[in-house]
Amino acid sequence: MLKRLRERISLTDVFMWAVGAFLLYIIIRGSIATLVLGKYSARQWFDIAVSGLAQGSIYALIALGYTLVYGVLRMINFAHSEVFMGGAFTGYFAADYLNQIGQLQSQPVLSLLIVFTVSILTSVGISVLLERIAYRPLRRAPRLVPLITAIGASFVLQYVFRGFFGSQFKSYPEVDALQGNFTLMGDFTIGKIEVLVIISAAVLMLVLYTYVQRTKTGKAMRAVSEDKDVAALMGINVDAIIVRTFMLGAAMAGAAGVLYALMFRNVQFFMGFFPGIKAFTAAVLGGIGNIPGAMLGGIFLGLFESIGPSLFLDGLGIPAPYQMKDAIAFTMLVLVLIFRPTGILGERLATKKA
Amino acid sequence: MAVETLSKTKAPSAVPATMDFNWKTAGRIGFIGGILAVLVSVIGMVETFDGRDIIGGVISMGQTVVVALIFATAFMAADRSSKTSPLFHILGGGLSGLISAVMLALFVWVSQLVNLREIFVNVSPSLIAILTFDKELPAELSAAVIQLLLTGLVLGVVAGVLRAAPIKIRNIIFSGMLWVVAIGLLGELIRTLVTGRAIEDQVAWVLGGRLEKGLSVNGAVSIFIFASLLSFISQTFGARIGKEVQTRRAALPATTQRILNGVILLVVFLVLWQLPQYLGLYLSDVANTVGLYILMGLGLNIVVGFAGLLDLGYVAFFAIGAYVMGVATSSAVGDGRGQILFSLNWTFWEALPLAILVALFAGILLGIPVLKMRGDYLAIVTLGFGEIIRIMALSDYLKPNIGGAQGIVGIQPIILAGQNLSNPISLFHVVLIACVIVGFVAWRLRDSRVGRAWKAIREDEDVAAAMGINLVSTKLLAFGAGAAFSGLAGAIFASKLTSIQPGSFSFIVSINILALIIIGGMGSIPGVLVGALALVALPELLREFAEFRLLVYGVVLVMMMLYKPEGLLPEETHKAELHEDENIPAESHA
Repeated sequence: MLKRLRERISLTDVFMWAVGAFLLYIIIRGSIATLVLGKYSARQWFDIAVSGLAQGSIYALIALGYTLVYGVLRMINFAHSEVFMGGAFTGYFAADYLNQIGQLQSQPVLSLLIVFTVSILTSVGISVLLERIAYRPLRRAPRLVPLITAIGASFVLQYVFRGFFGSQFKSYPEVDALQGNFTLMGDFTIGKIEVLVIISAAVLMLVLYTYVQRTKTGKAMRAVSEDKDVAALMGINVDAIIVRTFMLGAAMAGAAGVLYALMFRNVQFFMGFFPGIKAFTAAVLGGIGNIPGAMLGGIFLGLFESIGPSLFLDGLGIPAPYQMKDAIAFTMLVLVLIFRPTGILGERLATKKA
Repeated sequence: MAVETLSKTKAPSAVPATMDFNWKTAGRIGFIGGILAVLVSVIGMVETFDGRDIIGGVISMGQTVVVALIFATAFMAADRSSKTSPLFHILGGGLSGLISAVMLALFVWVSQLVNLREIFVNVSPSLIAILTFDKELPAELSAAVIQLLLTGLVLGVVAGVLRAAPIKIRNIIFSGMLWVVAIGLLGELIRTLVTGRAIEDQVAWVLGGRLEKGLSVNGAVSIFIFASLLSFISQTFGARIGKEVQTRRAALPATTQRILNGVILLVVFLVLWQLPQYLGLYLSDVANTVGLYILMGLGLNIVVGFAGLLDLGYVAFFAIGAYVMGVATSSAVGDGRGQILFSLNWTFWEALPLAILVALFAGILLGIPVLKMRGDYLAIVTLGFGEIIRIMALSDYLKPNIGGAQGIVGIQPIILAGQNLSNPISLFHVVLIACVIVGFVAWRLRDSRVGRAWKAIREDEDVAAAMGINLVSTKLLAFGAGAAFSGLAGAIFASKLTSIQPGSFSFIVSINILALIIIGGMGSIPGVLVGALALVALPELLREFAEFRLLVYGVVLVMMMLYKPEGLLPEETHKAELHEDENIPAESHA
């Protein structure tokens, strides 16, 4: 009995469980300490949660691109973060122009729609080019090859944008209609921009989900992600579907780019890197290849990342806990991959197909 | 898409041989060439590179980039536009060159109509001046455009003629041109090397004087002639001589061969040992940077190249080595800026084993969680680890211990027998010895039982496990060995600078190392040297590249993966694996 148990549990597993238990202990201890000390008021917690939710919806939108592409090609489109950056960047030029001619303030709804359209179109264009030039020739290559190509393409895009538009931060114009807060009850307020971000992300995700579930193209996408060869035999033009998948993911990333820029008011050529990695984390968190999973993962990651530092680390007396925000996100990625490689909603991919 | 499929099916088909001119393909390639030429102009490459002349007063590096793009695409167009007729090669090349030039002319025209600079920061008047041969615009716009078109046409026709010429002549001319460009690029470097030496005057005749910016015209001509001659000789006799040498060497007894190899390596080592005396301070410093990258490259080569585990957070171990060295030897203890609260006050030599051991241990520790992951997941998780380490180094939490954003100052330099070895020239010897040791270890590991186990895992994990390879220990050994090499590099790096900051350990470094082993060929030890020279030494020497360094890395990564995934100096088995599905040898076009 004991021998069989010893055979089944290896030393590395024990080590991992120890690490997990230790982290869990930190989380619980930190949370209790923070709550007991009462460092933050209810209103502060609410603000932190709302900004986490808004950040999370942006992650979710980007994560959809990773998940969709992973679904059909089983590859991490590392350059997806640059698709997002490209959208935000061209969105800036549109917004800046509309601001100069006064449209942005006088007709904010129409102007924002134009900005969204411009950035979505750019993102879609970039990602179609990317697929055509960098990924399509490598359909049958060993797995590492497309990943390295994607990393290379990501750098090319970053530095081409840097060459085009310079390396300084460009600040998005303010939209007057989006300034200020809605008051909920008493002290509880919520920024108009955050409301816009959360609602538009929700709408976009709903549209995408319906598209994938209800339309014929969506059905074909699901078929291709199930089995490319069989899908081709069923008369599906696999290449065309793959391009559509890229376009769909890119459209979400383009919209996310504008939302991100509206929230943080800055664009720069390197802006895609961290949101990209986080969004990938979110996709894995939810179960990569799984669309509702990516949404859930994004929102979960956003919340975790914004509440985490104050909740777990502040109570432990760690100075400037918000600096650890990214570390918390990455730690979570590692933990999820170790203890639940399938993600929250996914099938078992990390070891089987990956 | 439609155009492409049409041309692909049409080209080799039964159309009469005299009629096979494929102008659509030529036009399309010319169009792509034009887009690329406009792109490198708009992102500022042409203007930045314009500061360095290839041939003084004749052609600058910036112009060379545009010319080379148009020329290369025209050559490709000439090649693809016809299978048979030399005339059609020339026509195709000319068409492609002309179309590329039309794109550039359009770009110049648009830049005159609208102020592109409001959006594209690099479209400056001086860029337009470079593209229009310094003509007065807008008065001479038409003249400039005509000259541009003519230049494109001539370039294209020349490319076409070269394509139509016999391959031997083509190779001779290409090697001549390549050498002119290469020596032109490195001219400044060679000039600084010979300054004050006996051969300065002779060199100045070829390269131009110390104050000039590029080759002299007669220098360029003589280099061209010399290189072409050399190429002619090597083409005519080279293959035969090479074969002769090889057969004779193979005929020698094994021990003699081994001694011969040893002697060659020893000579190379001695030459390298003497090198910094001639290089001077700056170049020795560049050589040291290259050496550190070779150390890291050799380490990552074990993880990625041998064992096939794509690690994107490799910089973490470099950072760990550097920080251990910092905390162990820093003399700046106190509460001030960049000072830490505690240090062991060791010497470099006492701290070095500790740094390597800690890095090795960290490699194993970070290896455990990713044991069961493959491919993409492994890449992202290791990237996450690298970022966690960097964030920790930056954080205020660990600031009392490792210095936070200010890093650690006052790290001990390398001192041996009372001599400070941290000046670039002495450090070169330290780095060289480290590279030799690490290279030797990597080479012996590759051919050992463990090395074969790594390769087996790389080829197929499940089969390897079925063959009785212990996946856990083999993988952890790869992570540990790779991390230890990197830790060594980090320790030397810290002592070299005597201060470290978290900024030196960003994700870019990991990508840099990855790119260099991919260029050289994954799993190939000489490949690491080639990769480090190409990706670290060259950008250091051509400082104009600095701004476009990562762009070039990206292009290199994509191009290598698309066209030569096995690298420049491939390892045999890996090459075979990457080309396994190509039953028929690929047709070599050019």
